[in-house]
Amino acid sequence: MNSERTILAGFGGQGVMLMGQLLTQAGMFEGKEVSFLPSYGPEMRGGTANCGVIIQTEPISSPVVEGNATSEIIMNLPSLLKFEKDLIPGGKLLINSSLIERKASRSDIEVYYIPSSDIANELGNTRVSNMVMLGAFIEVTGAVDSENVFHALEERLGEEKAHLMEINRDAFERGMECARKQRTNG
Amino acid sequence: MAKILMKGNEAVGEAAIRAGCRFFFGYPITPQSELPEYMSLHLPKVGGVYLQAESEIAAINMVYGAAGCGARVMTGSSSPGIALKQEGISYMAGAELPCVIVNMMRGGPGLGSIQPAQSDYFQSTRGGGDGDYRLLVYAPASVQEMVDYVQIAFDKADKYRNPVLVVGDGVIGQMMEPVEFVSKPAENLPEKDWATTGTGGKREPNIINSLYLDAEKLERHNIHLSKKYSYMQENEQRWEATGLEGAELVIVAYGTTARIARSAMDNLNKKGWKIGLLRPITLWPFPEKGFQLLDETTKHLLVVEMSMGQMIDDVRIVNEGKRKIHFTGRSGGVIPSTSLIEEKILEILERSE
Repeated sequence: MNSERTILAGFGGQGVMLMGQLLTQAGMFEGKEVSFLPSYGPEMRGGTANCGVIIQTEPISSPVVEGNATSEIIMNLPSLLKFEKDLIPGGKLLINSSLIERKASRSDIEVYYIPSSDIANELGNTRVSNMVMLGAFIEVTGAVDSENVFHALEERLGEEKAHLMEINRDAFERGMECARKQRTNG
Repeated sequence: MAKILMKGNEAVGEAAIRAGCRFFFGYPITPQSELPEYMSLHLPKVGGVYLQAESEIAAINMVYGAAGCGARVMTGSSSPGIALKQEGISYMAGAELPCVIVNMMRGGPGLGSIQPAQSDYFQSTRGGGDGDYRLLVYAPASVQEMVDYVQIAFDKADKYRNPVLVVGDGVIGQMMEPVEFVSKPAENLPEKDWATTGTGGKREPNIINSLYLDAEKLERHNIHLSKKYSYMQENEQRWEATGLEGAELVIVAYGTTARIARSAMDNLNKKGWKIGLLRPITLWPFPEKGFQLLDETTKHLLVVEMSMGQMIDDVRIVNEGKRKIHFTGRSGGVIPSTSLIEEKILEILERSE
């Protein structure tokens, strides 16, 4: 069964929930079975945010991603410490290396270090750091088609914020490129 | 219509509006606050009224008033908020007023936690309010099913002149899944000729009331209600059964927990075990007809709940001592894992070999 089960985690404000929702919506556009389960508990009040996204061909039973993640997007250190164990062997771990100095502790997984905050700053808006990560994620997982992510983002931004599409696309492509390089080197 | 990605709480709101609900009275509480939020934004657009009451108690009494006028009306809350509404719910059952109440359960007792739970099974099916009354209780397991059952709930409430409760939990309230709104033709529902809509000088006043000072009159009312509940028990049981044929063990679980149980079941069946799943969709009436479909091969029932074990009482009642009943679950807002369920099943089956 073709199933991508992803944990996305970071600080509130890093766009973690948006990443998860865009991914979920893109999967829905492709006619796949999808679910998005956000954390909403006390940890959110402390400033961390995480969500679990499932995209697969067969109907989804449990929407909980715990101990069986095929991939993770990790935006801050507390999230790395909390969720690294939830990856299956061979799972793909994407780390925002601009904010996390530590390396992954496991050797049975594929790790990508993406300086997403730095890349976003180079592009002139630190807030597109999440799109850098999402681009890198799509590059290494192929979970959904990039165009469907852009389609989801367009819907989300609406006409009022349509001018933000360009920088988000740039960020996404820089993320893809960054991941592609690490892939060829590795 | 194309599918749209929606949060459970918001989908409940949209489904209610499409079902003709024009009044919502509530008070915010995690994890269902997106429901009143959605209603506050969208009800005014269709000529409806959203009102944030000063408390849950006020909200349910506003529901009483609107329902008495014959309107389609809803309230929603989460566990401790639903506890506060119990008096009003009992009054509505007594006065035979239709309404839909949504409970996105969180951990308890008391203020408890804000995380997902199923520890209001007793509250839902045994009545937190006083008197001989019953609620029709639906427990959907996905955002789409929430949407479908909210519409059904409004129709059944009108059909039976009874409050209908739809229970989810923090997971279903907060998660997003694709949903499709398909309007089904409503059941052939009776005119609300009992509603207090003004006599226009043409008829005797209708009275909405749950007070009967004459004991024999109240007993007649109780007998009338009881007949209604018996009819509901006969006609409204719903469940989903999977893999019952030849099953050694059948898991009994509802809502979110049933989905986790299903993952556990699939994992074990791939390894050659024969596990089935019986998912109650109505908590009341409890789907005892579903249990009549259990195979002779089934020696064990495993009840899984996000509580310390409440539905297990109903499973014991319908089981009549025929099969061994086991329990596992997590409580307090902790979601049980598939591995917890798988380990419990293996422990049961390996011990009985």
